[in-house]
Amino acid sequence: MTETLHARDERDVTETVAWALAGNHPLELRGRGSKAGLGHAVAAGHVLDLSRLSGISSYEPEELVLTAQACTPMAEIEALLVQRGQALAFEPPDFGPLLGTGGGTLAGALSCNLAGPRRFKAGAARDHFLGFRGVSGRGEAFKAGGKVVKNVTGYDLCKLVAGSYGTLVALTEVTVKVLPAPESQRTLRLRGVDAQAAMVAAANSAHEVSGLALADGVTAIRVEGPEPSVAYRLRALTDLLGGEPEVLDDAASRQFWREIRDVAAFSRFHDRALWRLSVPPAGGCALAARLAAETGGRSLVDWGGGLVWLEMPDGAPRADIVRGAFSEGHAMLFRAGAEARAGTPVFQPEAPAIAALSQRVRRQFDPQGLFNPGRMGG
Amino acid sequence: MQMPAPDQAAISALPALLAELESFLPAGAIVAERRSVKAFETDGLSAYRQEPLCAVLPRTTGEVARILKVCDRLGIKVVPRGAGTGLSGGALPLADGVLLVMSRFNRVLDIDLPNRCAVVQPGVTNLGITRAVEGQGFYYAPDPSSQIACTIGGNVAENSGGVHCLKYGLTTNNILGVELVLMSGDVIRLGGRHMDAAGLDLMGVVCGSEGLLGVITEVTVRLLPKPETARAVLLGFLSSEAAGDCVARVIAAGIIPGGMEMMDKPALNATEDFVQAGYPRDAEALLIVELDGPGAEVDHLIGAVSEIADACGATYRRISTSEAERQLFWAGRKAAFPAAGRISPDYLCMDGTIPRKRLPEVLSRMQDLSRKHDLRVANVFHAGDGNLHPLILYDANEGDQLARAEAFGADILRLCVEVGGVLTGEHGVGVEKRDLMPVMFDEVDLNQQQRLKCAFDPTQRLNPGKVFPTLHRCAELGRLHVHRGALPFPDLPRF
Ligand SMILES: Cc1cc2nc3c(=O)[nH]c(=O)nc-3n(C[C@H](O)[C@H](O)[C@H](O)COP(=O)(O)OP(=O)(O)OC[C@H]3O[C@@H](n4cnc5c(N)ncnc54)[C@H](O)[C@@H]3O)c2cc1C
Repeated sequence: MTETLHARDERDVTETVAWALAGNHPLELRGRGSKAGLGHAVAAGHVLDLSRLSGISSYEPEELVLTAQACTPMAEIEALLVQRGQALAFEPPDFGPLLGTGGGTLAGALSCNLAGPRRFKAGAARDHFLGFRGVSGRGEAFKAGGKVVKNVTGYDLCKLVAGSYGTLVALTEVTVKVLPAPESQRTLRLRGVDAQAAMVAAANSAHEVSGLALADGVTAIRVEGPEPSVAYRLRALTDLLGGEPEVLDDAASRQFWREIRDVAAFSRFHDRALWRLSVPPAGGCALAARLAAETGGRSLVDWGGGLVWLEMPDGAPRADIVRGAFSEGHAMLFRAGAEARAGTPVFQPEAPAIAALSQRVRRQFDPQGLFNPGRMGG
Repeated sequence: MQMPAPDQAAISALPALLAELESFLPAGAIVAERRSVKAFETDGLSAYRQEPLCAVLPRTTGEVARILKVCDRLGIKVVPRGAGTGLSGGALPLADGVLLVMSRFNRVLDIDLPNRCAVVQPGVTNLGITRAVEGQGFYYAPDPSSQIACTIGGNVAENSGGVHCLKYGLTTNNILGVELVLMSGDVIRLGGRHMDAAGLDLMGVVCGSEGLLGVITEVTVRLLPKPETARAVLLGFLSSEAAGDCVARVIAAGIIPGGMEMMDKPALNATEDFVQAGYPRDAEALLIVELDGPGAEVDHLIGAVSEIADACGATYRRISTSEAERQLFWAGRKAAFPAAGRISPDYLCMDGTIPRKRLPEVLSRMQDLSRKHDLRVANVFHAGDGNLHPLILYDANEGDQLARAEAFGADILRLCVEVGGVLTGEHGVGVEKRDLMPVMFDEVDLNQQQRLKCAFDPTQRLNPGKVFPTLHRCAELGRLHVHRGALPFPDLPRF
């Protein structure tokens, strides 16, 4: 039986970790549990629930920064930003429906380094993560980074913590960069074109596209910005790319990209294994087509080819086929049953020297391996 | 500023080191003669000088790995160096260390336009990357003012910025992969042409590590298509408050310009004397706002920015009508440092970041400090992101002016932290701000950072004495203080 400990503030977190350290009690760190199914199952007798560390501490739209307690719900942050015409430029997905859970928290989005369709232009969570306070596996509260948009003072520990799936630090407070939300958007949907060629041509043009996906055989290209600019670029892209164009207006475009962002196409059958592949973009469409054919699965391509989602026809991950299909990049088993996740490395196995270095880094933050042990494998 | 006492054993190991290096490095790759070594005694922070034990100029990753392995075995420290333009003394040599000069790694290895990236060696200059791809309509976005000279390896080590980084990001947002050699000689490749890390984002922390974690031997950079057009507006104001207000309102209107730079009166007059860019000499503060992107968007935003500037009481406005005119607007700003060098024998360039809204207060307190230390200061400012570059003017040959300039600089950086900012926005800590680190971070924060180094460089032979004010041995940093006992929080909710 796992016992859940609910921390209310940083002091509670520090004391809990000190206790865990003294008695060698591994802890599963949890926000709202929306992404608890990502990675490997965690072997811990206690859950450290951080969801009460919630609330926005400061938001200064003109400084482009927001500081919040770590587990502030994403929905609360987005609702506040919208009021001032701003947004998190990395378009954090809501994977609740995909994983059969609920909405997530800011720290969760950062810890899993989430990124939406704008990734190839605006970066991922890591690129907007400015500073934090947290408690290390040594039971020490510390801070890193800052609360301004430009800072190189000391090592950039935010980058390391982004994508560490709670294995380095129990975050208590985070500061992120916020940016103006684009005023308007439209999407060009093209049939009858070579998808990859169209994506490369669009991305390599001066038209500043901010979404490039291939879903159900249709290539989708998003342009965002001030209205006159959007209209102008849409025309230019239509002329450049040919094919049979169809245009989604602002509202339809928003809806379309929300579904791409949240991988809505694959949220129906939770028992089907789902892969997320991060690869050099120019080969993404071909890889997706090959893998779908070979596995009998379905694919969705985002980031101009840099991100491939692959849903298997059933619960079997077929890791050898998936990981054997590319030589550069990595594949994460994003959703699968407990048994499949236990039998397959969820994260792409790394070169021995990198794996060893990563392990040394982890031990410098969490010498006894108390935080989310096993989640990232190793 | 004091460096750790040189290790006499390392100094006396020099002949053994040279013998080993000569066994695998070509002639000309080792510089040990005193007169030639002197050429490397300083970087862009020329107030500090130190000759290294010797300088080594490798050409291949294999050579770097062997050099590091030999040094590690002989207990000799290593300081990496790119072009030596760093402004915080990160490449300042050590008396008991080898200076590893990366300038011969100067080839562009691959240009991959379908994947919008290029693979380059670390000694390629920042501008060299853009030069290699501009014919095909691409560029590398981060553009430090030193871009003709500084290397991409140095940019990665410092996480350098430039005037366009508000919109396009710093170096860390524009690289995809690095090859790194650890002090042990292990070669690792992080990232690649794909967009995110498979496991821990080690590349993210190597970027900005100031040569303390590993030697960068290859970089994969993101390339961007050149914007269709770019236009700049020059705006003059009667006060820095009004200029600062204009910057805030531009951002509040949802506009992120390609560049948004401010200069105060001393800075704009010094640059005007130097390059005659046509700046309004009577303005108290000058803004350069550049909009780039599709033509229709740029025209639209130029209009919006002009309206905001009028509302903020701009007394001068000039919009570039040609590429040559836009370049001229920038020529002044980009020459601000050399221009300061013309009006003063020496200058110190500071680099703090502040929350932008505190600008008027910071500028006025800087004037008080200028009187206190009896030295002049000129300000250039990456206004969009709050990154200040006060240029402290002094004459090193005059009495205690260097000491006063340093004290003035330290006071400015303390002020930046006091108002909620940070010690350095883009130039790095190096030796210059090393002893100020405790102003921003407490001992626990600093120890945790130093532990990271222990994972990469457990014997701490790579660029020690930089960034951290106190060196701790890794064994000491690793010690755990465990308190025995029951849950110390009987009231913690548990269910
Ligand atoms: C006139 C002038 C204008 C400047 N303008 C800007 C600006 O606008 N923005 C900005 O950010 N900076 C600016 N700088 C600072 C400087 O140019 C940058 O910090 C630059 O990135 C340093 O590059 P470098 O090749 O000269 O590195 P160096 O000065 O040689 O080294 C800098 C640091 O990087 C490390 N290093 C270098 N190469 C490697 C490598 N291959 N592997 C590991 N570590 C390495 C060194 O150990 C050192 O710590 C300016 C400097 C000058 C002189």
